[in-house]
Amino acid sequence: MGEFNTNFILGCSAIGAGLAVIAGIGPGVGQGIAAGHAAAAVGRNPGAKSDVTSTMLLGQAVAETTGLYGLLIAMLLLFVKPLVP
Amino acid sequence: MGQGIMLSGSQDIDFMIHGVFSYELFGQTVWITTTHVCVLIVMLVIIAFCIAAGRTVKHASDVPGTFQNIAELVVEMLDNMIGGVMGKFSPKFRNYIGTIFIFILLSNISGLFGLRPPTADYGVTLALGIMTFSLIHFNKFKHQKVKGVIAGLCDPWPIWAPINVIGDVAVPISLSLRLFANVLSGTVMLALVYGLLSKIAIVWPAALHVYFDLFSGAIQTYVFCMLTMTYITDACTTEE
Repeated sequence: MGEFNTNFILGCSAIGAGLAVIAGIGPGVGQGIAAGHAAAAVGRNPGAKSDVTSTMLLGQAVAETTGLYGLLIAMLLLFVKPLVP
Repeated sequence: MGQGIMLSGSQDIDFMIHGVFSYELFGQTVWITTTHVCVLIVMLVIIAFCIAAGRTVKHASDVPGTFQNIAELVVEMLDNMIGGVMGKFSPKFRNYIGTIFIFILLSNISGLFGLRPPTADYGVTLALGIMTFSLIHFNKFKHQKVKGVIAGLCDPWPIWAPINVIGDVAVPISLSLRLFANVLSGTVMLALVYGLLSKIAIVWPAALHVYFDLFSGAIQTYVFCMLTMTYITDACTTEE
């Protein structure tokens, strides 16, 4: 019972970790949209390039957070293994 | 490592925190870990730089030498950044923001020098987040008084108060988790490259170091300080 049970839980944890990393899709799309709009803004007003770039990077780094939460869950499942008795 | 879950080479992959030695304190076993050692090294570097800079500024000359130039550049850059965001509140918080900026930046970059970055330990980033949290609320009570704080809590209607409390508590957690997860992801990625591809990891991981340690570390430092400054400015501003 014990051996099989542990291995089963480990396998399911690996699948769960893979599913959790799908959260990376959202920030990817969001960061792309932000970068596209920043490029358009620089095209309209090349003088404000440094301001636009720093604002874009700040917004992208904040938007990245949700993806990182998914990564954290995956890390917890794989290395801390909270479900294994 | 669970058996088989890391495939082959699980002995080579190493990004965990290790204990250096343990001691007993009030019946609890407390470990001194690699994080403590790395924080100590970062601290010593900062202290050495500060002592040298202080000595140079005391004997400052009209035509600055190389080191005096560097020290003035750092201070001027931080002053400009903080003054641009905080406006009239900047003189009071210049010390705190400058300190955490230099500390987080050096901690993130320390991965380049073979240390395990101290910010890849949740204990360090949570402490930074809690410091920001207490500063925000101290200044809120100081500037807006109890009446203003209660008014802010019941912002649209009084029934909204629990949601506002959750929003307040989420600030330090999201601040610290963002920094932690960013630095940890870089550490894990480089550990995987060096562990699994050790045969062909010759020169090209340098590019990964530039991205994960330098670029990502600098951006996250900037974001942490920027958000801290925005929150504190928000707490200091009273409605007139």
